[in-house]
Amino acid sequence: MKLTASIRNILPAWIQRQRMDREMDAELRTHLELRADDLERSGVPRAEAERLARIEFGGMEHYKEECHEATGSLFAERLLQDLRYSVRVLRKSPGFTVAAVLTLALGIGANTVVFGALNALILRPLDLPRAESLYSIHRVATNSATQSYPDYVDYRDRNRSFEDLAASNFSEAGLDTGDNVSRSWGIVATGNYFDVLGVHPYLGRFFTAADEHGANSAPYVVLSYSYWLKRFQGDRGVVGRKIQLNKAPFTVIGVAPPKFNGTLLFFTPDFFVPMVNHSELGSEDVLHKRGDVSGIFITFGHLKAGVTPAQAAADINSISRDLAKEYPKDHPQAEFALARPSLYGDHLGRPVRAFLTALMVMAGLILLAACANLGSLFAARAADRAREIALRLALGASRMRIVRQLLTEAILISLTGGGIGLWGSMLLMRWLNAWQPFPQFPINVPVTPDAKVYVIALLLALASGFLFGVVPVRQVLRTDPYEVVKSGSSARAGRKISLRDFLLVGQIAICAVLVTSSLVAVRGLMRSMHSNFGFEPQNTLVVNTNLQMAGYKGDAPAAMQKRALETVASIPGVTAAGLVDWAPLNGSANTTTVFHDETTELIPAHAAETSVFFQISSGYLSAAGTTLLSGRGLTEHDKKDAPRVALVNQQFALKMFGSVRGAIGRYYKIKDGSRLQVVGVVENGKYQSLTETQQPAMFLPLLQSPSSETWMMVRYGQADRKTGQNRDPLQLAGAIRGKIRELDSGLPCFIETWTQNLALALFPSRVATVALGILGGMGAMLSLTGIFGMAAYSVSKRLRELGIRIALGAQHKEVLRAALGKAFRLLAVGSVVGLILGILASRVLAFIVFEATPRDPLILAGVVLAMAFLGLVATWIPARRALAVNPLILLREE
Amino acid sequence: MADQAQLIPGTLDMLILRALSLGPLHGYGVLLRIEQISGGALLIEQGALYPGLFRLVRQGLLKSTWGISDNNRRAKFYELTAAGRKRLREETESWNRLVNAIACAMGAQPEET
Repeated sequence: MKLTASIRNILPAWIQRQRMDREMDAELRTHLELRADDLERSGVPRAEAERLARIEFGGMEHYKEECHEATGSLFAERLLQDLRYSVRVLRKSPGFTVAAVLTLALGIGANTVVFGALNALILRPLDLPRAESLYSIHRVATNSATQSYPDYVDYRDRNRSFEDLAASNFSEAGLDTGDNVSRSWGIVATGNYFDVLGVHPYLGRFFTAADEHGANSAPYVVLSYSYWLKRFQGDRGVVGRKIQLNKAPFTVIGVAPPKFNGTLLFFTPDFFVPMVNHSELGSEDVLHKRGDVSGIFITFGHLKAGVTPAQAAADINSISRDLAKEYPKDHPQAEFALARPSLYGDHLGRPVRAFLTALMVMAGLILLAACANLGSLFAARAADRAREIALRLALGASRMRIVRQLLTEAILISLTGGGIGLWGSMLLMRWLNAWQPFPQFPINVPVTPDAKVYVIALLLALASGFLFGVVPVRQVLRTDPYEVVKSGSSARAGRKISLRDFLLVGQIAICAVLVTSSLVAVRGLMRSMHSNFGFEPQNTLVVNTNLQMAGYKGDAPAAMQKRALETVASIPGVTAAGLVDWAPLNGSANTTTVFHDETTELIPAHAAETSVFFQISSGYLSAAGTTLLSGRGLTEHDKKDAPRVALVNQQFALKMFGSVRGAIGRYYKIKDGSRLQVVGVVENGKYQSLTETQQPAMFLPLLQSPSSETWMMVRYGQADRKTGQNRDPLQLAGAIRGKIRELDSGLPCFIETWTQNLALALFPSRVATVALGILGGMGAMLSLTGIFGMAAYSVSKRLRELGIRIALGAQHKEVLRAALGKAFRLLAVGSVVGLILGILASRVLAFIVFEATPRDPLILAGVVLAMAFLGLVATWIPARRALAVNPLILLREE
Repeated sequence: MADQAQLIPGTLDMLILRALSLGPLHGYGVLLRIEQISGGALLIEQGALYPGLFRLVRQGLLKSTWGISDNNRRAKFYELTAAGRKRLREETESWNRLVNAIACAMGAQPEET
């Protein structure tokens, strides 16, 4: 045996123990022989004398044990002995051992992964110096942290709570090193950004507040470490080099340290540029626009020592009130609170927390179910080993010793399972870390495990080992060796409700909860895939060209957009093409306040509604497949000098004008004072997320309010008219790319199908569905093994009884009822309990998964069917065995 | 066997030391010696002797060597160490005090009659 051999080598204590054992054996043997010699001399025959000597001596094993104790045998030595015995016992039943280890590996692995994610995303502070005092400022109502730049400056200069306040935003830019342009994402930051965060450059230097001298005064760029490795192959000579961002010249001044990715967990930037130079990347100059909250994405800083988050929030709120008085037109009154920047306060934090907590609970339930499963298996094994245990008790082993032995077995299994589970979860986490769910965004899931994760895995393994190891203890403590040795192990037929039955019901209930939740999630995802988005994503390509990246300014974008549209529309197979400034369901869309026509003072307090708005070209509605309910669509004539018009959605029409029909021809106002006339009403849709409540939306002519960032929607006929074959979107995308390159070879252009593009919007529910699906599958597997174990065990225990029943003429149905009736009753009870709990638990899912409702006949039926199916599969083999009982053979054997 | 008494807990070690004070013995020999010096009045389960022997060895009161018994069997012989002798003196003294005290107390009870 290799294992014991290696243990012997490692631990000389073991050798010591072995020698002592041998000596003790020799000594006691001598004693028996000497006693037998004496008895023989007194006339007793030798064989009888030896027997008497043994009886007079008393419990040999018991005294040996006491001798060991008397010499102060170490705890570790005894543990080794138990371990050796456990390994031997477990090797004798490899099927049981493998099943138990795998069950636990799954259970512990699932928990480790979920805890790893929970730890990395929620529990662990950002990997920055003094992260515990770093807070960001968020609006209470919306969780958003956006600010206008002038407001930020006032907060920074007037507050008395923060050491300093920094702010940042994101920007996408074509990064040109001279030979080729590539799309990259970066952070636009205030000058004090790096100083506030307390990070130091890996190479070169960072920009500081001293570099800022008004607009476009600091054309410097800092590269992130990973981008520097990827794009510049770690070339240390990069500092001082000139590159272009959206055709504007910037100088590389430094490289950020490894692992520094800014303040938002899911985002890994390629570069950092000073905010004073943001407009050079082609975006609007927001440095002086107090009303434009698109300037800053998040504001954050370290609290001064002794200042609580509540005090700081009060400070910020009082500044905000002052600003609202000073700038009533541009500074809407809002309530602020402090939050952690890592998940953008509660904006991402709440769903991520809710989701991970739900997953953690479910993973915990899985482990609990696994423990219940193993507990009943262990109890069954202990019952089968009743003879062995009784014999050891009769030979003088103490009950505690036997219990400890059984626990050692359980913990050996749980540690092995835990080790395998941990290893598997490491692989999965490494994969998650490297995973980039969206090719066009630098978004990843940073779940690096730390010591806490390993400790949790170890603790879970130990705890679950104890949990299921303890189940048979009562049984052992009650064992009466004489009864068992006399009557054999099957003395008690398990008729009454035992602990094992209780465990099984509990386990099945837990599994039914998991199956219910995963079905709810899957169904929710299916619905969200087929719900009404307010557009038709099928057979449509999304062409994302950012003209800013190619340096288009002023009137140039509009002309270029017109040409691009015309060219693309001329490609064979294209049925419609239209532009929109921001594709719906790509994260947060633009929103603005709208006013009734009668309102004269256009301040936020008088706003009638907050509406999503899109700027579209005339072809957008037909390209997107959005239905016009009433009125007309936009035309070529709705251009700059024509009267301002708007399309609104049904919700907008109802909220602002009371009805769809009544909205046509009516006027309303937007923030800049323009009067817009409603010319058409379109269907409702989803704009920012699938789970949003219905929002009002308006569609304004692109020609009347130009934007250089546009997405072109290109609808194509599904079948090629000439060949009748389905059109290949890839081929069409190639054609479009070619045409656009003909117009401007330096224009980066990203093409995907609209369905692919929606991956971002569907991402949360997809992840939820996959995670819940896996957990549900694990739950199903566990209940399968649980029911199988129970059914197989009860059939094997009652083979003789079944044999007699068959011999007395019982029919198949009756045999099955006798053999498996109880298994099915337990299954039914467990499933019902689980279903009810599952329905209650599914409310949590509604946060993440669109239209996740458990009150759906399909789901109820699905759960019942799934559990019944599991029951059938699990009892199939035991049932076959029960029916195949041959009474003659059985009775002869006994 | 009716006149045999159960051992008072904690006195086994003392008896072993006493038995060995007359010379080295193997385990079975210790048992016989105790029987002999107690006039066969004490009942000791044979196996119970060994944990006691091991305990005393560990405390350094006894030392053990392997040797050959009278009837030519290999056996482990125990003998007292200096510490063992000292302990035996102390135990004997305190035992005598205890016995005297109890005997005194029990003898001074007139109500019995």
